[in-house]
Amino acid sequence: MSATIATPATSDVHGDTGTALRFITCGSVDDGKSTLIGRLLVDSKTVLQDQLAGVQRGGETDLALLTDGLSAEREQGITIDVAYRYFSTAKRKFIIGDAPGHEQYTRNMVTAVSAADAAVVLVDATKLAWAAEVEDGTVVKRELLPQTRRHTLLAHLLRVQSIVFAVNKLDAIDDAALAFERISTALNAFAEAAGVKVAAIVPISALKGWNVATRHADWVGYEGPSLLELLEDLPVTAQDEAVPFAFPVQWVEKFSASADTSQGRRVFWGRVASGHVEPGQRVTVLPSNQTATVAQVLSHTRQPKTVHAGHSAGIVLDHELDVSRGDWLLAPEAFEPVREITATVAWLDDEPLVAGRVYWALQGHRWVKAKVARIVDRVNITTLESEPATQLEANSIGDVVLALQQPLAVLPFAQSRALGSLVLVDTASHRTSAAVLVQPPAAKA
Amino acid sequence: MNARTEADLLQPPMHSPANLSNTHLDALEEETIFILREVAAAFERPTLLFSGGKDSLVLLKCAEKAFGVGRIPYPLLMIDTGHNFPEVTAYRDQRAQELGAELIVRSVEDSMKRGTVRLAHPGESRNAHQSVTLLEAIEEFRFDALIGGARRDEEKARAKERIFSHRDSFGQWQPKDQRPELWTLFNTRLAPGEHFRVFPISNWTELDVWQYIERENVGLPSIYYTHKREVVERRGLLVPVTELTPPRDGETVQVRDVRFRTVGDITTTCPVESLAAGAGDVVLETLSVDVSERGATRMDDMTSEASMEKRKKDGYF
Repeated sequence: MSATIATPATSDVHGDTGTALRFITCGSVDDGKSTLIGRLLVDSKTVLQDQLAGVQRGGETDLALLTDGLSAEREQGITIDVAYRYFSTAKRKFIIGDAPGHEQYTRNMVTAVSAADAAVVLVDATKLAWAAEVEDGTVVKRELLPQTRRHTLLAHLLRVQSIVFAVNKLDAIDDAALAFERISTALNAFAEAAGVKVAAIVPISALKGWNVATRHADWVGYEGPSLLELLEDLPVTAQDEAVPFAFPVQWVEKFSASADTSQGRRVFWGRVASGHVEPGQRVTVLPSNQTATVAQVLSHTRQPKTVHAGHSAGIVLDHELDVSRGDWLLAPEAFEPVREITATVAWLDDEPLVAGRVYWALQGHRWVKAKVARIVDRVNITTLESEPATQLEANSIGDVVLALQQPLAVLPFAQSRALGSLVLVDTASHRTSAAVLVQPPAAKA
Repeated sequence: MNARTEADLLQPPMHSPANLSNTHLDALEEETIFILREVAAAFERPTLLFSGGKDSLVLLKCAEKAFGVGRIPYPLLMIDTGHNFPEVTAYRDQRAQELGAELIVRSVEDSMKRGTVRLAHPGESRNAHQSVTLLEAIEEFRFDALIGGARRDEEKARAKERIFSHRDSFGQWQPKDQRPELWTLFNTRLAPGEHFRVFPISNWTELDVWQYIERENVGLPSIYYTHKREVVERRGLLVPVTELTPPRDGETVQVRDVRFRTVGDITTTCPVESLAAGAGDVVLETLSVDVSERGATRMDDMTSEASMEKRKKDGYF
């Protein structure tokens, strides 16, 4: 695959900051993610007295214990699964997903990132050989930890709108200004090579609270906002624009209104994937290919309303058609359903993906069988080069060709999150095995 | 189409207090309703756990908006410890009737009679034993999905849980091995005997719940608001004095103005001092509290750091 993802057809201007920002903290093990969140919670006065008392150990407060909620995590001192925490400032509400750093738990990081508007990638300055940069001509980008690269790539791959690097533990370095400068250069070089747009690079000390909630003046030559100030102004994920109407049917409500109706009206509920829906609009049903006119549209609370992408709607058609859960209502002539897709997959299962195997694929609410026709390649996390592969092991990223048992209307993920994303489920274990991101047909090798 | 049918599809419009910014609550409500409909569609025998407590009443308000009165497509299930506040069970029954919903009650006492629940001593709290009765009810009705009103901000083991949370054939949660949950593509596939716990208000905070109760005029059992009650002080908590929880030697019974922040089994739930007479007052109090909801009120969570996780693994809500 090419590690560079096409720039999505959206702009930041439509993202608003009026609603809660969902962001994750990610990065390598021990880079200070849980401590950072603890710091944000404490400094925004979200942590209550009893919770703070619960993380005192021998007089010291261990902020990481605020989010490591499982006993296995506290035993081992690591984060296994995402912890969701909630806090607000005077300006905004936040939902944080604290993602695990271990490669073994990448599936949980991907879970967190799939719902995030922003990703804060922690970088531990003390772990990087930044001082050696110019000595032997090696570029520091090679020194970024594999999980820093993997998490950044995954956040980018899943189209997280804003990616922020927080360079942590700079308080423990003598020449912190030089370290910050060199690490910033390395991060920018990596981001450029991978096609990642960086929203900001912020020097912080999660332990001491420098540049986390409040600015730490005159430090490492950085004069920008604190991390929290930055997050307060980041947009939530903008809806994909210029995509025709598409609507996956989630639930069919059979409505037989007493008295005189001999045949009950049916309401098709779901969330508008793209475009909008209003009465009078023509729609085609996938897979039956029949068409009808929209008679009535209800909002999620059953009010009559025009409903736009990202919101739930109930749709009543002008005449009865064969429509079931899993079907799609589509703008007529706008989509060409396909039986084969090329897609980038983030493989999450311990059992590797192998060519020839059949999985369940879920798009919208539609389950179809999908056979791995072939594995195109796997991306090398370090070099960003694609390399040949016969299987995809847990936590690897690669391109595959999937043959579908039934046609699906898809768009490249870069163009539409809703129409370009699927999950694969193991038919035997029922485990969720992969995140699937549809690539443009032109990318077919 | 038939004009009368059209009107019947609609819910009467809601009016909200003028000063509230509604964007956040609308988003939470919409997410919750999306999940409630997903359960209706994806499972064969779902049920909604309904205790009469504020979180399950908020859940039920969302269900009412999603489906309409008399049209909630799953029964309500309550696991009764036999140690309930009468105001809560009365309100529970009233609400179920108003909504035209089927209410199934299964009691810990019946499990004790069957011998599946054994108390270590007669005074032991029945709270944790609800798991046994719950799993028995799941087996009896072959439920494949149970909707619960747990929130991630309540407790740190809950902060880790998926919205669609898989349970094995023993009803056990495997916190170290949860299925990935990507976007809103929920993997609801099950093997026979397994089930899901589904948490549609995972992302609501205590404040969100109270603001929603205020905005939507959600009715609550009276003990959520200020009332005079006999209590004793014990380990920093106000313990209500009841037949089941008599004062211990040396404790002084006092009458205080209190309200409950959370309501559960009488033997584990404590009120807080408060004069809040309505949801708006509670919102203001919630904005200024410095002790968490469960920390202030739950004796069962204070026994060890992992008490909630342990109970959840055993099949608790």
